[in-house]
Amino acid sequence: MTPVLQVSGLTKVYRMGEVSVTALSDVSLDFSGGELVVLLGASGSGKSTLLNIIGGLDQPTSGSISFKGVDLTSASEARLTEYRRRSIGFVFQFYNLISSLTARENVKLVTELVGNPISSEEALRLVGLGDRMDHFPSQLSGGEQQRVAIARAVAKRPELLLCDEPTGALDYITGKLVLEVIERINRELGTTTLVITHNVSIAGMADRVITLRSGAVIEDRHNASKLSPSELSW
Amino acid sequence: MKQLNRKLLRDLLHLKGQMFAVTAVVLCGVAVFVSMSNVKYSLEASRADYYGRYRFADVFMQVKRAPEFYREAVSRIPGVANVATRIVTDVTIDVPGLDEPATAHLVSLPGRGASSLNGVYIAEGRMPELSKTEEVVVSRPFLEANHLKPGDHIGAVINGRWKRLLIVGSGLSPEYIYEVQPGAFFPDNRRFGIFWMNRKALESALDMSGAFNDLSLTLAHGASEKEVIRRLDRMFSRYGSLGAYGRDQQISDRFIGDEIRILGMEITVLPAIFLVVAVFLLNIVLQRLVSTQREQIAVLKAMGYSDEDIGLHVLGFALVPAVGGIILGSGLGAWLGSGLLKIYGEVYNFSRLLYVFRYENAIAASLLSLGAAVGGAIAASRRAVLLPPAEAMRPEAPAVYRPGLLDRPELAGRFPVPVRIIVRNIERHPWKALLSVTMIALSIAILVSGRYTYDSVERMSEVEFGLRHREDVTVIFNNPMPPSTRFDFRSMAGVLEAEYYREEPVRLSSGYRSRRQILKGLQRADGLQRLIDAHGQPRSLPAHGLLLTTTLADILGVRPGDLLEVEFLQGSRRSMQVPVAGTIDEILGLSAYIRLDELNRMAGDGGALNAAVLKLDGTRRLKLYERFKHLPGVGGIMMLQALRASFDEMLTKSMNTSTFVLTAFACVLAFAMIYNGARITLSERARELSSLRVLGMTKREIAFILLGEQALFCIAAIPVGFLIGILLSVLLARMLSSELYRLPLVFSATNFIFAFAVLVTVAIVSGLVVGRRLLTLDLIAVLKTRE
Repeated sequence: MTPVLQVSGLTKVYRMGEVSVTALSDVSLDFSGGELVVLLGASGSGKSTLLNIIGGLDQPTSGSISFKGVDLTSASEARLTEYRRRSIGFVFQFYNLISSLTARENVKLVTELVGNPISSEEALRLVGLGDRMDHFPSQLSGGEQQRVAIARAVAKRPELLLCDEPTGALDYITGKLVLEVIERINRELGTTTLVITHNVSIAGMADRVITLRSGAVIEDRHNASKLSPSELSW
Repeated sequence: MKQLNRKLLRDLLHLKGQMFAVTAVVLCGVAVFVSMSNVKYSLEASRADYYGRYRFADVFMQVKRAPEFYREAVSRIPGVANVATRIVTDVTIDVPGLDEPATAHLVSLPGRGASSLNGVYIAEGRMPELSKTEEVVVSRPFLEANHLKPGDHIGAVINGRWKRLLIVGSGLSPEYIYEVQPGAFFPDNRRFGIFWMNRKALESALDMSGAFNDLSLTLAHGASEKEVIRRLDRMFSRYGSLGAYGRDQQISDRFIGDEIRILGMEITVLPAIFLVVAVFLLNIVLQRLVSTQREQIAVLKAMGYSDEDIGLHVLGFALVPAVGGIILGSGLGAWLGSGLLKIYGEVYNFSRLLYVFRYENAIAASLLSLGAAVGGAIAASRRAVLLPPAEAMRPEAPAVYRPGLLDRPELAGRFPVPVRIIVRNIERHPWKALLSVTMIALSIAILVSGRYTYDSVERMSEVEFGLRHREDVTVIFNNPMPPSTRFDFRSMAGVLEAEYYREEPVRLSSGYRSRRQILKGLQRADGLQRLIDAHGQPRSLPAHGLLLTTTLADILGVRPGDLLEVEFLQGSRRSMQVPVAGTIDEILGLSAYIRLDELNRMAGDGGALNAAVLKLDGTRRLKLYERFKHLPGVGGIMMLQALRASFDEMLTKSMNTSTFVLTAFACVLAFAMIYNGARITLSERARELSSLRVLGMTKREIAFILLGEQALFCIAAIPVGFLIGILLSVLLARMLSSELYRLPLVFSATNFIFAFAVLVTVAIVSGLVVGRRLLTLDLIAVLKTRE
């Protein structure tokens, strides 16, 4: 199976005044279609940097990244915008919903951008919010807001769903609810999914677990048996 | 507090764009106030200084001819301090290098030992020697306009005799600060000048030995001007007195007084607009600041800073730009004021212009601006003080939105999401939106009302020179001519049309109200001279009775159909009741019209003519001018087109300056509003906009969301601004109109197009400046943290 996303020799160095900080050093990874990958690491391990580069928000200092055989390393700003628009679904730790738009409109915001989206209503039903479509963010709980964010991310049928600490701002029960939604999306739509977390327990639901420390991959393993999110506990 | 101040400075630097906008608005308000009030007080001071040093009289009177010994009698009137008698007359002169004839207003200088009022300031050269009858001192504006200097000669027709005059000096007098030909409203320095010469020379030339025809006096402290005038009128009624009058009716003083009055009004209106905008701007900028800094404020409180410290810290954000604006504004105001005063100095002729920087005004402007700053900051400061530290530590709850206009079933789904974002934001803060629109509208209103005065004065010139007067030349006779011996202009080759009119000084009275007035007898109102109202509509002369300008009718308290007492001040001195047949809303001055034959009948003297208006054949113009220059018995010649040209030139010059200044200020105002609005939207929504960028929106798409709101405000502000501008203009027209003139209400398309274009330009520039920040939006940083 050809990999959807190939990362090789990726290094990222931030210059902060007089010091330079190496956030990633020589990371090489391949991601296959339909995989649910959990990227583990403590804060400062470089996982967010990796996600940002994969998501087309940042450029590596050296190394290369290609999506479906197309090189992104030297892509223009416009090309990266196009890449995010067509291929990537983002779920943020703090949901980042537009407060002046209802749940339905937040999803429509992305469905209007692409050619063959899932309808916003269907996407919201998929995350279990079929009855709260016309609520504004201020009228929704944190878990509900995160599910709207997931619906928004998947509605455009992205090839890659990137979730940055999706349960970071949520309580235990709600967090599990959100993970269930992510797992279902991956299963039912076959979207390649990357979940970043520092929460080791979440690794149990992944096909594959990659662990980062100080900007380098220290472990890359496949789970022999996947747990369903309801079986997780932390 | 030291560290807090450091934080204040750093934050101010961070907010430099917005703080600069606030500073600029305060600066404009202070600069307008300081410059205008400096000009006002400078003009007042220069006038007082001039009047004092050159003994400007308090009461004036013109008579036909009165024996000199009356001077003694006048000085014995209780309340009279000093009396001066003079011989004054208008003559035609031939100016080297000028094709057309010009008019000199000859004024006698006091003989040796005689007391002198209305003194002459010699700017260059010297006074005429007492024995020399041909030496004259000539008013400086006339010399400058004609490139003449002491040593040059000018030819004049004095009492029918050609005389060569030698210019020995260039002078100025407080009587002619505004130097204008009798009967004209605008100065034409090329064709009208004041000539001072020895009294002996005028006495012999005009057969006025032992007599005078002009009297002026100063009043003793506490004397009643009214009583002195009453006694003068009684004393000189049989010497052809036209009635004595005070400074309030002295033409030069009236114009300068009016200018000072107008400045006094402008001092209040414009700065007030700027201060209101400053309050609003500070309010929104600081409210926003407090929300973005709630966590910092909480930490400061947790560390133990008192409410007072925090409150003052927030106030500091208002006071720093306000103080900056005050200092820069006072400096700019002082500079602008001296420049403006120079422009005034070109129209108003002072012996010396005193530039007064009134510290009281700068202090008043500073206090008002500081008040405005504190007023704008107080709400934000209160909010910071009231914030409980524990609550402030938590991020602000998501903004509450409710379904609004675009959620109506018939509109649902019709508009793309970015449009909904814009509309919802406006709906969420309707008051803020309304205020933003009003503030932008105010800048449009400043432009509209600024240009309105220009359009209005231009219309004045159009009606006056284009419609009302269609003659080329007015020839004013030295003495009234009987109709039988009238100059037969019609027989002169090159004169196409000629009309005559009569002017009689009369006193019009109704009940206790009365007014000295020239009654003008016209042959017709549809020929060369027409009667045109402020709207440009022609009016006809009533078959019988008086036609009064509306303002004059108001002053006398009469309406059409009422009877008015008309008392002739010269000749037969008859007095009779005449009906008011109608009123006409003229732009300039106060006038009373009647048919010529009726006026002749009323006067009972077989008729007389004072002046002729002529239409000339362009090709024979020069020859005719040459003839007019030597025509005996002519006291003055007015060239209409020349008057118009000099008026338009003066208008353009002063308008260019004020249009430039007003446009600059309006731009500052509009830019401050639009830029700040967009900046605040950006800081409030940077996170949302970055999220949208991450989700795949292009820069153009998020720029639309960011700037669309301001664009909507601008579009809404345009009609509102036009409306406020029109209202402001109506107010201006009311405030500025006086007995001398009334500003007609004219709104040209150019005016509105200009205001529109300025706003659009400012909006685009502001958009570009803010839009630049979208390019540097940090997509990663905003995803990390809240706020």
